[in-house]
Amino acid sequence: MIRVENLTKYYGDVCAIKEVDFTVHDGEILGFLGPNGAGKTTTLRIITTYLAPTSGAVYIDDLDIAEHSAELRARIGYLPELNPLYSEMPAYDLLVFAASARAITGRRFKEALGGVMETCGVREVLHRPVGELSKGYRQRVGLAMAMIHDPEILIMDEPSAGLDPNQIAEIRALIKELGKEKTVIISSHILQEVQAMADRMVILNKGQVVADGTTTELMAGFQGKAQLTLEVKNATEDSVQGLAVRFPEIRVQDQKLQDGVSRLELEYPTGQDLREQIFGYAVESSWVVLEMSRRQARLEDLFRSLTVEEGGALA
Amino acid sequence: MRDQLQISARHVAIIFRKEVGSFFNSPVAYITLVVFLLISGWFFSSSFFLINESDLRGLFNIIPTIYLFFIPAITMGLIAREKSTGTMELLVTLPLEDWEVVTGKYLAALSLIGVGLLYTFVHFITLTFVGTNIDLGAIFTGYLGLLLVGGVYAAAGIFCSAVTGNQITAFILGFLIVFVFFMMDKVLFFIPGFMAGTVQYISVDYHLSNISRGVIDSRNLIYFITVIAVFLILTVRVLEIRKWR
Repeated sequence: MIRVENLTKYYGDVCAIKEVDFTVHDGEILGFLGPNGAGKTTTLRIITTYLAPTSGAVYIDDLDIAEHSAELRARIGYLPELNPLYSEMPAYDLLVFAASARAITGRRFKEALGGVMETCGVREVLHRPVGELSKGYRQRVGLAMAMIHDPEILIMDEPSAGLDPNQIAEIRALIKELGKEKTVIISSHILQEVQAMADRMVILNKGQVVADGTTTELMAGFQGKAQLTLEVKNATEDSVQGLAVRFPEIRVQDQKLQDGVSRLELEYPTGQDLREQIFGYAVESSWVVLEMSRRQARLEDLFRSLTVEEGGALA
Repeated sequence: MRDQLQISARHVAIIFRKEVGSFFNSPVAYITLVVFLLISGWFFSSSFFLINESDLRGLFNIIPTIYLFFIPAITMGLIAREKSTGTMELLVTLPLEDWEVVTGKYLAALSLIGVGLLYTFVHFITLTFVGTNIDLGAIFTGYLGLLLVGGVYAAAGIFCSAVTGNQITAFILGFLIVFVFFMMDKVLFFIPGFMAGTVQYISVDYHLSNISRGVIDSRNLIYFITVIAVFLILTVRVLEIRKWR
């Protein structure tokens, strides 16, 4: 179990993360989500002991990483952001290096190598310098390096960045597979990715945890807005304004299309279904309803509402 | 305790192997070695027959000067390159201690200097063919002195490589520090009397000249070992600072 307690990190005067608090249970895949610059990489670097926090602590199985640094590093596999590798070294040499640094040699290395060749699919590029490999293969070599010692904890900073859709699908499947027996933390700024892989997600914004839970848990607490799109004929100015008067909770946006057809975009808080009333009003005002479609608040809306500045241009 | 030492020694060896591998994987090592050998060879052979004495003085006098460029060129990339390519993150999140990493890298640089010195043995072989009454002891201590001086310069160089993320800056900085050590004994004339003793004691030449005369004095050895240790400890400290920035 990884326990992150009250982590705060300042770079000079700039606060990168502030009082970050969360827990990762054994055998869980945690998605670490947030827009660029939210502090994901900083947090992961602190967990892997690359950086020291300004205040706060990280415990792995109740051992403080500041005190048991080397011991705990031995149990972690880490794929840093942008996957830095020694580009002049062949993949095989890199794996030998990573393995020997973790005291895996001889027969145990052969076994470990066989294992990662299988899971990461690096067999065919083993003897080529990693600088010459495609991005997808480089990523696999990086993963193989992080996994050569079969770590209980795997930490990956944006593992799918820069990959093509097929490679992303492959890496997602791989991570999901790994998550069956390992504790995994993956960071990403892409919601769908985290949703597809993670059991639970922690959303970070401007260095602070703004949400923590499973998709269902997060959605349950979210008061978003439902959107209803209506295409009607014969809608007069007055009758459209009348709709807003009748239902004060609805925000109406009106857009004239051709041939007397209007498109109305209605927005109202989720938790109630106003479709029936609205249809009733349309009949009253003798609109001809051509189309009515509802879009429920989704996780994206939650993500946006949590991470976009209030009143900002993007809102 | 002994187990811990064995583990550390193994870790140092792992880093050492990786660094030596990357030296000879890149052209830098070959170029600097060839330049080193060309310059030292020329200075040796151009004066050897003129002086007409059976020693390697010409060689031993010029090598510290070549070191000025040779050693910063070897050490500039040791840490600065890891920082600029981001592999530093990979390296220090392995279960290795920072001092093991620094020691492994330092020994790799030192061994490259050793290889350079080893090649100058051809001049020694020349000497054994044409010379008479060769003072083998002086030649041995001469080489030992050069290796120790190289050790001091390499320690300064790896320190410079740690303070910056840019290899060129590391080279220039390394050159400057090495140059100060190199010059101290030579500018003694301009230094006020009360400081002269101290400056002379710090200067590399002062200790080197004792050793290359064939006298191995523990005071000189302690000097070299202390300066090397100070620079290496500073390097480890600088690496640790990255965590707290």
